[in-house]
Amino acid sequence: MSSSIVNLVYLVAGVLFILGIKGLTKPSTAVRGNMLSATGMLIAVVITLLNSEIVNLTYIIAGVLFGGAVGAFMALRIQMTSMPQMVALLNGFGGGASLTIASAEYFSVLNVEAKSFAEFLEPVALGANAFGLGAVGQVTLVSIGLTILIGAVTLTGSLVAFAKLQGLVKKNFGLPGGPLGNALLLIGALAALVCIVLNPSQAVTVLALVALALLLGLFLVLPIGGADMPVVIALLNSYSGLAAALAGFILGNTVLIIAGSLVGTSGLILTKIMCVAMNRSLGNVLFGKMAAAGEVVDADEIYAGKVTSAQPDEVAMMLEVAKRVVIVPGYGMAMAQAQHAVRELADSMESRGIEVEYGIHPVAGRMPGHMNVLLAEAEVPYDKLVEMDRINPTFEETDVVIVIGANDVTNPMAREAEGSPIYGMPILNVDKAKNVVVIKRSLSPGFAGLPNPLFAMDHTLMVYGDGKKAVVEMTTALNQS
Amino acid sequence: MEILILLLALFVLSLFLGVELIVKVPPTLHTPLMSGTNAVSGITLVGALLAAGSDTSPMLVNVLGFLAVTFATINVIGGYLVTNRMLSMFKRK
Repeated sequence: MSSSIVNLVYLVAGVLFILGIKGLTKPSTAVRGNMLSATGMLIAVVITLLNSEIVNLTYIIAGVLFGGAVGAFMALRIQMTSMPQMVALLNGFGGGASLTIASAEYFSVLNVEAKSFAEFLEPVALGANAFGLGAVGQVTLVSIGLTILIGAVTLTGSLVAFAKLQGLVKKNFGLPGGPLGNALLLIGALAALVCIVLNPSQAVTVLALVALALLLGLFLVLPIGGADMPVVIALLNSYSGLAAALAGFILGNTVLIIAGSLVGTSGLILTKIMCVAMNRSLGNVLFGKMAAAGEVVDADEIYAGKVTSAQPDEVAMMLEVAKRVVIVPGYGMAMAQAQHAVRELADSMESRGIEVEYGIHPVAGRMPGHMNVLLAEAEVPYDKLVEMDRINPTFEETDVVIVIGANDVTNPMAREAEGSPIYGMPILNVDKAKNVVVIKRSLSPGFAGLPNPLFAMDHTLMVYGDGKKAVVEMTTALNQS
Repeated sequence: MEILILLLALFVLSLFLGVELIVKVPPTLHTPLMSGTNAVSGITLVGALLAAGSDTSPMLVNVLGFLAVTFATINVIGGYLVTNRMLSMFKRK
């Protein structure tokens, strides 16, 4: 197989990836887009396998069978509420793949058959141009180093993100010294990278780079809390793409560069959207700092004597006479697995001629688009899912807003209380509606740790208890009336 | 060196193309976008195959290649399947 033909096929694969992502710009063409993208992947893999450099199929078959089984099992069994964990794991494996490819590329040039670990660490006699002539060799080495660095950070960072989302790690803690500790790890890793470029014959520097980068990934994500996960996942998504593109520079492979850079930009754009939606800078999220709290707001002072609670059947009576209802879901809806119950309530309202829409805040849930996927699973049509900028002007004509499991994204302090940590964050203006119903376990604060004056407003009713149970009871009461 | 410049050009142009494409994806599809692009980044499988399949390299390279093939295949198979599963749920009434 001549390399021109291989590269032409890679070009076709690259075009199919681009068309695939283009398909994702509309829900109606998205399934087809995903198929096109998968076809591109298939032909790229097949043409590579026909490559004459590949002679030993044992490791390939073992890896494809094992990886394919794990991937298919995860994809078919995962619950929609656990999708953030799945995406975190996939990011991690992407980083892991780039890390191992770059290491394999390095050690194949080194070409040592060591009998012991000590022998393995000894410097190897390398020709001056072992990694390529002059500048090419240096670029290859820089690419190997950067791919290892970013790939390893993505691997451990994503595994920590997974563990946090899965509830395996609950505490947020970092290195002593916080960002300074991470900065030292990064400086150490970059120093190892420079050593590799200057003197590639020492395997020990590569091992040091791998170790430092793995630690950096751990300690970058360990201090970051749950509600900031959408930013972290999007950023790690971007890293996994960037690592793939860099691996393309090592191998001189065009399709890796095209695909990797598309993924890299995708993750970066999502990261930016998430940061804007939280009104926080990327650095602020990464170093786990909330904006300095102004005056301490006393929750008791806000809530005392002003909070009205209600039972689900009282809410049902209010819904009966409503013309327009907006449902605002948050992570609590996912926790309570209430998406099907919510859709049944909406069905019941719609059968009475009530107009129902869903108001989705960009950072509701644990990753970009989390609520949309959950509600799509419950067969809510996607044109009922309205994004923040389009739903906000409609709240004034809305009779009832039902907030289920969302808190900070509805807090009017973000609009009004200058000096509040969340001041300036774009929110859903649910308080402008005629009536607000908040389904929540208690008055406990959300991730920002702030009381929510919405709960104490005259036109707000609190329904305490499990989200799913409360919604089911509302539906039953509404159906009986 | 010429080839490196060409690869760099491809990289930079792809970044710009990526921006143009991704900003048009509606928020409702952001989760499938992440899992779908994740599957695309499994294109590292191509590089992994080359590392795992060479016969002249030391054992260590083959083992690293095996790991790379495993990771990348999980991404490709898992990514495309889960994206397809999610996308087929998005329906208009």
